[in-house]
Amino acid sequence: MMRTKVAWFTLVVLAGSLLFAALSIPFGDPAISDMDDYFIAHGQEQTGANNIVTSIVFDFRAFDTLGEACVLFTAVFGVSVLFRLRKKGEDYEYE
Amino acid sequence: MSNSLSKIIRTTADVMFLFITVFGFYIVLHGHLTPGGGFQGGAVIATGFILLIVAYKLDDFLGWFQKRTFQNCEMSGLVLFIGTALAAIPLGYLFFMNFLNGTGGLFGQTVNFGINPGFLNTAGTIPIMNVAVGIEVLGGLSIIILYMTSGIRSHEEGE
Amino acid sequence: MIDNLPFLVVAITILLGLYTLLLKKDLIKIIMGISLIESGVNLFLIALGYRWDSIAPIFTGAPSLAMVMPTVQALTLTSIVIGVATLALLLSMVMIIYRYYRTTDVREVSKLQG
Repeated sequence: MMRTKVAWFTLVVLAGSLLFAALSIPFGDPAISDMDDYFIAHGQEQTGANNIVTSIVFDFRAFDTLGEACVLFTAVFGVSVLFRLRKKGEDYEYE
Repeated sequence: MSNSLSKIIRTTADVMFLFITVFGFYIVLHGHLTPGGGFQGGAVIATGFILLIVAYKLDDFLGWFQKRTFQNCEMSGLVLFIGTALAAIPLGYLFFMNFLNGTGGLFGQTVNFGINPGFLNTAGTIPIMNVAVGIEVLGGLSIIILYMTSGIRSHEEGE
Repeated sequence: MIDNLPFLVVAITILLGLYTLLLKKDLIKIIMGISLIESGVNLFLIALGYRWDSIAPIFTGAPSLAMVMPTVQALTLTSIVIGVATLALLLSMVMIIYRYYRTTDVREVSKLQG
């Protein structure tokens, strides 16, 4: 009972702050855009790709893509460990 | 595991699998010209494989594609990605350097600033990395779905 | 106020996800709440990089040269893939919990050992 009251109070406080923040950010008018102007002006001659987003993902910030490929690999690894088949003679703790 | 679905769905899945695979490889290969790239195209091809798993029984699907095939796909994709990144070090550049851009060889046509209709022969190591990541994502997502479906089957057989 | 419509949609999506996460008692619904919050954050990232009367940052057959900001879209790609990986592991753990406890009610799966 106490738990639902605390949950509702937290929800109301967060709702107020999120709605106030959403109505006070100006939309469509970024204040500082120097890095993106550099990427759009020099992306084609330095990487040779027409798609600026792909040249950012695979050439200017390729380390993040390496980390992301490793995250996918770790997820597959974790799923395959969880679904291991039980062989004869092997005991689990909850049997 | 449940039975395979009706004849109409199986025939439609057979035809749609080919179109989905070709469309997915188009998205992967033209990642430097149109919206798309490695991750998006790999997810589209994995959707084609999941359509086959849903339409047929799991044993029929494992008769055509084994689990070992998808594990090899995922491993070779990640090895190709890191190999392309490391191949720039013996040539005198840094790690992850785009060493094929601007030279006249494979994928080496120069591009000037401005609006152009898009040539496939450009952008250096970016198409190679797109293909590597596409193969890795298709292997990874298909392996996740195969493990979860086999987990249901071993639970229903009375554990 | 009608100009800020994307940010309002982001706030409503995150609030619905928080409501589901805090006040529902089934494990699958809690996971749906987590996925809603991640979708709201991705939409917020893309809505931050918009300029008025601009097109997508691609030079192939583009109608004009005024483009939106491209770095935010690159970060959103990574965030979506990480969300997929987290969701796969969460759902696998729920399947293992159901296999042992025979229920997915969150008030009963509360033993810490054994």
